Amino acid sequence: MSINATQGVFPTIMTETHASEFVQPFWDAAKKDKLVSARCTKCGTFRLPPGPFCFECQHREIEWVELPGTGRVYSFVVVRHPLAEILQPAVPYASGIVELDGTQGAGSRMIVNFIDCDVDTLQIGDEVEADFEHVNDEMTVIRFRPKR
Amino acid sequence: MTIKDKAAIVGVGATPYYKRGQSYPETELSMACTAILGALDDAGLSVKDLDGFSIYSSSCDPAEVSSVLGVPEVRWATTLTSGGGGCAGALGVAAAAIDAGMAKCVVTLMTLQQLNKRLGGSAVNGLLAYATMSDGSSPYGGSGVPPSAAFTANAGLLSPGHSFAILARRHMHLYGTKREHFAEVAISTRENARKRPGTALQTKELTLDNYFNARMISDPLCLFDYTQESDGAVAVITVAADRAKDLKQPPVYIMASAHGGTGRWGPGIFKYFQAPEEEFASSGHRPVAKRLFEMAGITPKDVDVALLYDHFSPLVIMQLEDYGFCPIGEGGPFVAEGNIRYGTGSIPVNTHGGNLSEAYIIGMTHVREAVEQLRGVAVNQVKDAEVALVTGGPASLPVSGTLLRRA
Repeated sequence: MSINATQGVFPTIMTETHASEFVQPFWDAAKKDKLVSARCTKCGTFRLPPGPFCFECQHREIEWVELPGTGRVYSFVVVRHPLAEILQPAVPYASGIVELDGTQGAGSRMIVNFIDCDVDTLQIGDEVEADFEHVNDEMTVIRFRPKR
Repeated sequence: MTIKDKAAIVGVGATPYYKRGQSYPETELSMACTAILGALDDAGLSVKDLDGFSIYSSSCDPAEVSSVLGVPEVRWATTLTSGGGGCAGALGVAAAAIDAGMAKCVVTLMTLQQLNKRLGGSAVNGLLAYATMSDGSSPYGGSGVPPSAAFTANAGLLSPGHSFAILARRHMHLYGTKREHFAEVAISTRENARKRPGTALQTKELTLDNYFNARMISDPLCLFDYTQESDGAVAVITVAADRAKDLKQPPVYIMASAHGGTGRWGPGIFKYFQAPEEEFASSGHRPVAKRLFEMAGITPKDVDVALLYDHFSPLVIMQLEDYGFCPIGEGGPFVAEGNIRYGTGSIPVNTHGGNLSEAYIIGMTHVREAVEQLRGVAVNQVKDAEVALVTGGPASLPVSGTLLRRA
């Protein structure tokens, strides 16, 4: 497999989800361009990716809840130095954390690549929306771009 | 009942510090043994006295070391979990073992050779190996790729520098911390290293211009915000306080030691991004600092020199806040006012040159400097230094801190 990278977009380096039954609903939703998060059925705390117990009430059962697919940039790094030669075409790229609308924030933050943005003007707090790239029948890569 | 003043560091030993990969043909095992023998000799002890290992970050295999050196009987062999965050805390575990009567003479050490590996490089190598493998086999080993991996692998966060840049940027956003503040940490630390040629790896002057013209790596972190990459070993010997008085060197007492952290700080790089809002832009040391000062019965004002784990310059600023040398969010201006400078500042930091300019032996160089300061033999000796703080991490939980005092 070779990696085709374009500036600002971190290439897909994992093409399989390695999903357990527990997290499979996340990838099933992503295939349909939907962003979902697990939510504790007892106390309502979102957790993503979901651990086997709720970190607030230690309950196990979850439900999958569709989110708006939008959020805010919580923090990020602009990677200017490629860590491997094959990543040279991708730099500079911005990656970091998005806090998802419809959740409590900490506990269901996503770690993502921010695309279609000027890495020199991207700001913490910027509104962003999900982008779904369907890599194959199994993997959909979710990146975020500035909200239009 | 605590371990306060129950044990003391009585010996320090080290190999030379080398740039990454330059320690060959030494090995991690040979350097570990050299440092241990040096530390025992420094204390006036021998291998016959050694009976315990209190280590962290899998620094060595006590089985191999004791076999090679011929340790008569090992009575204690423990390691703190996780990585470099445990270095200061391993001293507390040594003191606890001694206080409990489980061992009498305990070594804490780190040995590091980056010849065929590079710290922080494992994620890059693992993921890229995965991406370029034709047969789909897993670099994660027999247990396979965890289902959580696909949630982060394609985001492009691959190294510790990426992770700590994210903490640093959040700190800048919340408190107005500037790159000039990171620069002051790098420059003041370099000034300390410059006075130690022969020991420190970097002794060339670092100016603000040099800093701002340096290569940006993980923006907002530039080259000079990063640690040195080094080889070498450092070991220290801890014994009971009453025994320490009769040995060769003035004892350095372990006043207090604590390790741990908030549970949701969690497993560290790549995953601790779920830390609660109030603790996110921090070093993760706050709960440890609180217990540490309570155990010692002193306040940050009583600390004469601070040896803070400085793998990345912004984390020094966050530790100054978390250990109470300045209020939360004011670490940037605090360093800009010259407070961490050797000779003039209110709390001299990393008088040896730190990880940033001296060497990176995953925390043990800081322990060595604390001991030298409290013996009164440091190159950049803080006048009348009585109490030193040494920290380990930020990294994944546990992070740690230890307060040491002179006799």
